[in-house]
Amino acid sequence: MSADAVLYDHPGPRAKLRNLILTIIFGIGLLALLWWIYTKFDQKGQWAGQLWKPFTSASTWTDYILPGLGYTVGAAAVAMVLSLIFGLVFAVGRLSEHWWLSVPSGVVVEFFRAVPLLLLMFFIFFGVPFLTQKPMSTFWAVVLALTLYNGSVLAEAFRAGVKSVARGQSEAAYAIGMRKSQVMQSVLIPQAARAMLPVIVSQLVVLVKDTALGYIISYNELIQLGINNLSANFGNVVQAAIVVAIIFIIVNASLTTVAGWLERRTRRSGRAPRATGLPVPAGAVQTGEAAAGTF
Amino acid sequence: MDVFSVSTNVDTYVTGFLWILKLTVAGAIGAVVIGVLLAAMRVSPVPVLRGFGTAWVNTFRNTPLTLIIFFCYFGLYAALGFSASDNIDLNNYWLGVIGLSVYTAAFVCEAVRAGINTVPAGQAEAARAIGMSFRQTLSIVILPQAGRAVVAPLGSILIALCKNSTIVGTIGLAESSSAMKALINANGDAVIPIFLAFAGTFAIVLIPTGYLFGWLANRLAVKR
Repeated sequence: MSADAVLYDHPGPRAKLRNLILTIIFGIGLLALLWWIYTKFDQKGQWAGQLWKPFTSASTWTDYILPGLGYTVGAAAVAMVLSLIFGLVFAVGRLSEHWWLSVPSGVVVEFFRAVPLLLLMFFIFFGVPFLTQKPMSTFWAVVLALTLYNGSVLAEAFRAGVKSVARGQSEAAYAIGMRKSQVMQSVLIPQAARAMLPVIVSQLVVLVKDTALGYIISYNELIQLGINNLSANFGNVVQAAIVVAIIFIIVNASLTTVAGWLERRTRRSGRAPRATGLPVPAGAVQTGEAAAGTF
Repeated sequence: MDVFSVSTNVDTYVTGFLWILKLTVAGAIGAVVIGVLLAAMRVSPVPVLRGFGTAWVNTFRNTPLTLIIFFCYFGLYAALGFSASDNIDLNNYWLGVIGLSVYTAAFVCEAVRAGINTVPAGQAEAARAIGMSFRQTLSIVILPQAGRAVVAPLGSILIALCKNSTIVGTIGLAESSSAMKALINANGDAVIPIFLAFAGTFAIVLIPTGYLFGWLANRLAVKR
């Protein structure tokens, strides 16, 4: 179903009245809930001006929130690059025809996809120092755990992407004598990568959200600096949490919008016009662009 | 594995996983119920309900679960005074269930909406043509058919829910990740066996579950 209006008729007078009544009842319920939250906060003095004032001064932002955001995005970016490498290596490994490559790759990928991220982080942060007799920095604990988990997810996504390339592509490549590695490198992976771009960006959203787990091992990311340290100075835990939540929503919503735009772009520019030697009618190429312009 | 021959360690391990099991079951029920309601709200004819559903999904999909559990504790419990039980563990458990349900419901809503979109438009048009109301159309015609397409994404959402329930340990519940941290800090010489035990349990339960959902989705898939 493309339009949700298929589920119900265009509202006539009785339906309009019913919709109005439902709107009013639900609106009143929502307002009552918000009023209850407001009064409860008021009882605990959470609306006091001094709890909210720190957010109007620039030093709060430059000392706590912006560095925290920087550390969050930094960890996510480093983890993204490493996960891409990890994912590519293990996807190719799993697609290999040698069982001694594909089976271990498969085991590694399935294992790291099934283990909770927090368990991995705890093991790397608390457990590995016992093995190496050296302290582990919180940044690398967060980044390594994120790499292992997201790399496995991306490996599966790359495998799905390579399998989704039309079979004729690899058949033609084999027919002109290319070896398996050449087929992978020159034909399959470039086409799979273009289709995988929206998946990669939405995994970036997941990465940014998962860096918040670094708060649990005291990595200095946005929740640690923006809520813990900030509220230790100003005593406004709930207010800081609300501001940090809004920042997260804005960052992630923007990344999701970029992912959606990328997906629409790759869907639009799907096929290049075939060079058949016949003059291509001017309309054929233009319609693609014109349809694109309506988005 | 000498560390697991000490009975208190085994108790910690078993208690941790029992909490995870309870969190997963309660969280899954809450998430599916709220998620289906949200999906119904998002396709309903009333604009306020549509807006509420959209606002819910966009808020909770873009906020980290850690922050949501944090809010449940500091906002619901500390600031709003909502208390589910006098027992601290049970109270933290229910706060965790609320946080998990509310977060996962947003993903369930999107999966159900995608499932609704796979049902051919002719079904809804035929239902309307014989005079069914919106509620009847949705509950008798659309949702049962949409359910067949929802199984695969729902499976991956529920597996993610099981793994996310370890985050509830941040508000003091003694579940698996807190149990593993305590065991590692107490037995520094047996780090690898401890990790393999905890991670291995999750892997042994979740990998077959993933394959089961994949098989189920294939069985139920509609050839179009």
